Amino acid sequence: MKESVLSQLNENFPNFLLPEAKVNTNLFHVSLKPEGIVPVVKHLKENFGFTFLNDLTAIDWLGKKSPRFEVVYLLKAPKSQHFRMQLRVPVEEGEAVPSITSVFVGANWPEREVFDLFGISFANHPKLERILMPDNFVGYPLRKDYPLEGPGQDYLIEDLLTLHIQEDIV
Amino acid sequence: MGLSDVLAKPGEMFGDMFQLAKIENVINWGQSYSLWPYPFATACCGIEYMGAACSDNDIARFGAERPSFSPRQADMILVLGTITYKMAPVLRQIYDQLAEPKFVISVGACASSGGMFHTYGVLQGIDRILPVDVYVPGCPPRPEAILDALIKLQNKVKGQGLEARRQEVMQKIQEINERNRPLVVA
Repeated sequence: MKESVLSQLNENFPNFLLPEAKVNTNLFHVSLKPEGIVPVVKHLKENFGFTFLNDLTAIDWLGKKSPRFEVVYLLKAPKSQHFRMQLRVPVEEGEAVPSITSVFVGANWPEREVFDLFGISFANHPKLERILMPDNFVGYPLRKDYPLEGPGQDYLIEDLLTLHIQEDIV
Repeated sequence: MGLSDVLAKPGEMFGDMFQLAKIENVINWGQSYSLWPYPFATACCGIEYMGAACSDNDIARFGAERPSFSPRQADMILVLGTITYKMAPVLRQIYDQLAEPKFVISVGACASSGGMFHTYGVLQGIDRILPVDVYVPGCPPRPEAILDALIKLQNKVKGQGLEARRQEVMQKIQEINERNRPLVVA
């Protein structure tokens, strides 16, 4: 499975593959350029039975790797002994990654979560808004340079109090 | 025992036939034994409240037997657990929907001060947004502590007049407003 996937990808998408980075894992993984993620995922889903998107998340390599972020896609092929593989897309701060919601509809909320907590935007996403944090939240809390207590979150109470306190006092 | 002492203690009997009391004390006495709770359970303190409501501890002994899951039919709100900034508007709206007279018990470290969650997402104590009457320490507190908080609230209700109660709530809300005013402007 591993060899066939790798040879197919080398044959069909030589432009999109990046040289294999040294990652300390047993999991079969492939690094890709951002523009290649949608065709590669579509190819894997249609030809190798990777029909299940196990997870979609991101890593912040602040000060350790040159493109700061890596978006990680974990795919599973239920018909082939649940073979799993990982796609890694290095992306610099401020760059966008194409959304794979056209291939996996279930990628909608994980991509919103990555956008919410890491600030990586996804192009062509149907509704790219914050999903976990309040809408008026400032900053991306899972970035390594975000302080644990936040920069002082009192501004989040602001709407609440201006909305309700006046009617209580009167 | 003078007449004023008797008037302040509804329930003291003159024989079997009649009692004397001020109407305000009778109202407060009745209120204190029918504090229907609205459990706003967001974390493990909610489990302790369930323990307090079940037969071993039996919060019904103190007249709080009916957990009302509609804020319009409840007298006090028990905030049981961590309140995040995203949950805070919901809590505030539910407090506004409670029918007067309304009381707030902050149960556990998280609700009282944010607890161990001194992080970007957690409200550092519900007294930032609500006028709290009784705080319960513990992480989570035992059911006995919740019963104790209810008894303390009952004593407070019995000892406090309606006008004093109104003044206290208004003062607490104004303090919250004052505390957050520079932030509101900025």
